[in-house]
Amino acid sequence: MSAQAKRAVVTAVITVAICVGIALYVGLYLVNVPGSSAATQTAAGTHLYLATVATAEPSDPHNTWVSYYVVNSASNDWRHDTTFQVPANTLVHFTIYQYDTSTGLRNPFFSQPSGTVGPVLIDGKPTTVVDPSAPAHTFAIPQIGLSIPLPGADSNAKNLCAQAPCSLSQAHHTVSFTFRTPAKGLYRWQCFVPCGAGFIQGNGGPMQTVGYMGGFLKVV
Amino acid sequence: MDDKPHFRNVALLWLLSCVIMVPIVVFVIGPGLPPGNGSVQASGQVTDNTVLLAVATPVALGVLVYMAYALWAFRERTPEVVLDGPPIRGNASVQFWWLVVTTVLVLFLAGYGSVRLLADGSGGGQGPNPIAVPSPPKGTSVLPVQVIAQQWEFTYRFPTYGGVQTRDIELPANTLIRFNVTSLDVIHSFWAYELGVKADANPGVNNVAYVTTKGPLTFHVRCAELCGVWHGYMFNTGTVVPRAQFAAWITQQRVQYAPATKNLPPYSRTYFPPPLRRGG
Amino acid sequence: MSAIAVSPGAPRTGWRQLLGFNMLTGVIFGIAGWFIGYGAIGKHIHGAGVAYYSTEAGQNDIAIMLGYVLGVVGFLIGLGFGNYPFKRLLGHPPSLAEHEAEEEGLFRYFTLSTDHKVVAKQYMLGIGFFFAVGGLNAMLIRTELIQPNVHVFGANQYLTLVGMHGSMMMGMMTSGILGPFANWLVPLMIGTRRMAFPRIEAFTFWLLMAGGVILITTIFFGGFQTGWTGYQPLGAQGTAGYDAYIGFFACVGLSMTLFGFNLVVTIITMRAPGMTWSRLPIFVWGTLSTAVLMLLAAPMLIAALLMGAMDRTVQTALYIPGAGGSSYLFQNLFWFFGHPEVYILALPGFGIVLELVPVFARKPLWGYRLAVAGMLGVGFLSFFVWQHHLFVSGMNADLRPFYMLSTELISLPTGFVFLCVMGTLWRGRIRFTVPMLFCLAWVFNFLWGGISGVFNSDVPSDVTTHGSFFVMAHFHYTVMGGLVFAFFAGIYYWVPKMYGFKLNETLGKVHFWVMFIAFNSTFAPLFALGFEGMPRRVVTYAQNFQPLNEWVSISAYVLGLSMLVFLFNVVWSLVFKREPAAVNPWHSKSIEWQLPTPVPLHDFDRIPVFDADPYPYGVEPAPAGAPVVAPAGGSA
Repeated sequence: MSAQAKRAVVTAVITVAICVGIALYVGLYLVNVPGSSAATQTAAGTHLYLATVATAEPSDPHNTWVSYYVVNSASNDWRHDTTFQVPANTLVHFTIYQYDTSTGLRNPFFSQPSGTVGPVLIDGKPTTVVDPSAPAHTFAIPQIGLSIPLPGADSNAKNLCAQAPCSLSQAHHTVSFTFRTPAKGLYRWQCFVPCGAGFIQGNGGPMQTVGYMGGFLKVV
Repeated sequence: MDDKPHFRNVALLWLLSCVIMVPIVVFVIGPGLPPGNGSVQASGQVTDNTVLLAVATPVALGVLVYMAYALWAFRERTPEVVLDGPPIRGNASVQFWWLVVTTVLVLFLAGYGSVRLLADGSGGGQGPNPIAVPSPPKGTSVLPVQVIAQQWEFTYRFPTYGGVQTRDIELPANTLIRFNVTSLDVIHSFWAYELGVKADANPGVNNVAYVTTKGPLTFHVRCAELCGVWHGYMFNTGTVVPRAQFAAWITQQRVQYAPATKNLPPYSRTYFPPPLRRGG
Repeated sequence: MSAIAVSPGAPRTGWRQLLGFNMLTGVIFGIAGWFIGYGAIGKHIHGAGVAYYSTEAGQNDIAIMLGYVLGVVGFLIGLGFGNYPFKRLLGHPPSLAEHEAEEEGLFRYFTLSTDHKVVAKQYMLGIGFFFAVGGLNAMLIRTELIQPNVHVFGANQYLTLVGMHGSMMMGMMTSGILGPFANWLVPLMIGTRRMAFPRIEAFTFWLLMAGGVILITTIFFGGFQTGWTGYQPLGAQGTAGYDAYIGFFACVGLSMTLFGFNLVVTIITMRAPGMTWSRLPIFVWGTLSTAVLMLLAAPMLIAALLMGAMDRTVQTALYIPGAGGSSYLFQNLFWFFGHPEVYILALPGFGIVLELVPVFARKPLWGYRLAVAGMLGVGFLSFFVWQHHLFVSGMNADLRPFYMLSTELISLPTGFVFLCVMGTLWRGRIRFTVPMLFCLAWVFNFLWGGISGVFNSDVPSDVTTHGSFFVMAHFHYTVMGGLVFAFFAGIYYWVPKMYGFKLNETLGKVHFWVMFIAFNSTFAPLFALGFEGMPRRVVTYAQNFQPLNEWVSISAYVLGLSMLVFLFNVVWSLVFKREPAAVNPWHSKSIEWQLPTPVPLHDFDRIPVFDADPYPYGVEPAPAGAPVVAPAGGSA
């Protein structure tokens, strides 16, 4: 092979290698979606436990952002998943441990829970409406009319949880509710409190990135 | 240069195609054009689209028929030899008539569109000071409905019913509705397809759109301006129902959302809710 | 005046070529500039720990923007753009040709070159690369849209794809025809050896490339979720990826402004003797109209985005309604640029089609003055229509009939262009070569693009179609069906003269037919989808739209395949077949075809004197478009 041809081949190989590398990087960036967790089915019904925190765990790429987590009922196994898999046309029970402090609602309409079967229990008490400046986050699935305000932990409390993972001994509110899942399909959920710290109107950052304050409900 | 009557051939072919296509467009395709007849404004848009299509059809046919004819009739039949065609540099008469006809068409369309737009507003957002205000049907008054767009759900507020806010929308049939569209954060757009309504929701601005509903139907509301990650999921379904049913519904909503209504700010055409930003 | 200075010393060979100012030093200085701007300066102006305004801890927009600015400056200095100004500061006399003495070698394409033909080819490859990136983004977008409830990509990554596709195409293809073709042809067509400002010509190219790289870096910062229109205040909410969007369009805007400026000055002042305005080839008229638009509209974009950058960095509230700003301000500033921008995309297509059809119909351009009026008319009117993007936004309702009229009026000069193409074909001797096929496809595509534009300009109709896939179909028919088809017509037509080889005719026809059919199959259904109510930029849609979306996605893949056919044609013809092209394979009577292949460094032996119109087809005896050599003493 002549020197010219050798150079051409070497250049081509290097170019292809670089292109493949770039393609891999871009591809991995594009499909980098948060994980999926399924609701656990027990004899007592279908249950899912979630938690909302002031900042994600230290190893998270956005460890200053607020976030949802999937936990178990003992709240010691924390998974950073925001796709929740639930069975169709079933009564599903959600329990959310809310560790973050209050921000308040932009639209006080969301201070009233809706879309549930039975009352919403906040720390065990049935609640029909909360103070609009109380919520730290909400859990809402607009497509099925579900909207649950999650009151913030007292900002003067001594044992506030600053970063995930948190333990049940730290200041939090427990919000539980039941709703009937719709037909099979993919639905999305989000928080309606402008909780993205430092972003305009509080709606940037974690609010606009799937995996923190928004995700999917996969009804199977 | 051959002496075939090309101009006559093209003209006849064009006339023939128009005679066939224009009636099809006006009578067959026209009535099925979007957005359908769900409201007075939507029907107006259908008529408008039909007129546009009826004017566009001869124009498009003119170009297509001519091009097809020219590419066949004037093709080089002996491509091995490169021969030139006749040095025709222009034709003042053709240019003049083309200019006149196209100008007339354009002025007609602009005029017709303006007339149609000013007649009933065509369901489009007209800003805080609308100029095309339709009259409500006899014996009824206008129903104001505020559409609050926020990231990422539309909610609706009824000022004449205690300022109740709801997440579903039902509208009474045969009524003039005034949508006051506003946003709480970024630019959205309230698009009720079957009603023929589209009005951008700008923060701090009251964008008014009018629609006169007709009979009962189901309509789809979609956000038509990119507003962030869940823009594609910002939709709901509304219904137009008989007036009595609407009255029952709004009463039920007022009861259901009474706790939330107490927390709402007083009804206003625009809102500037905090936070502008959330600190650290 | 073309003092061709010979650079001192023998040309370097081998690895020694890398010493000195070139793309490699540009990249090195650029990376250094980034770190100085971001790390050394930016982080000290605004510490990363302060999460106060549109920044989170760790996101420092000031540092990022400074990093981009100094990165671009470093890149340009590393390429050698600072050398001549520096030398002049030190008192050296003016001179022109740093690199014009280098006749051979691929290496000059990676340096600052003041030879307009080299810059043209740099543009062709650079834009070709970014066009491929944008096209790949489109393929990925269509992959996501096959199913409404199956999400291949994350929702915010999808929006970044949408934004990158739009931005890449809009930013790069504005120079898509002017960059490769105007740079190469305009000096030749007006009878001069260079552009008025050769260093600015090179500057616009390298700045554009820097911008493209900046846009691609958005994925390191989380992407941007605003689409190519970058609406505020949504943009102010964004993570740092939006800074990359601002940086990209700042580079593009500056590149466009300077490029337009260069072209306008060249065409006005450097025409050879005898090249009067009524003898100017129609391609040059198209270029001139485009250049005026670039010069006047692009600065608006820079201003609008600079204000957005200020909102994100130094806490102004120009676009934030709650603090006294206005979301309308951005929309109006952006579209005041944005509308002339789309005519910047359309006009070069007009120029190429009007230039090529006479060659392949073997007749002079029919209605030359009408065609010129058409292009100038489109350019002029394009500044008076921008509010048609805002018909339902809540703009002053009294103005809507005016903008409806002005927008519909643009169809008049556009119609002139159609009439001239049709008149040129009248009684011609039409040869269906690959360039001609692309020009004819342009007529078909732009017809539908134009007619759907009339629908959009009509406010009642626009109420349903604004923000829907109907608009998408409209602008893809005009921009892709218009500009990109004309771009390929130009490539197949001028490659024999620019590069000395001819692209295979059969492969070209395969490329054309696959592309034409796949293009229409991809975008025609979008009219229907828009009419049925599917909004733009959505990651999910109603289930009843799914079959059409699937059809469109598959057609889009075929469209992408047609590009591979083209690339295969290039590789096959250039690397394997290597058949030298004839000097004038199209038997064109235009001046660039009367020059030898390859065109010598100095273009003309002597500056030509023109004495006839540029389309002397059908005129006996000898073609009069060829340059008549003036006796020595004509302007050099």
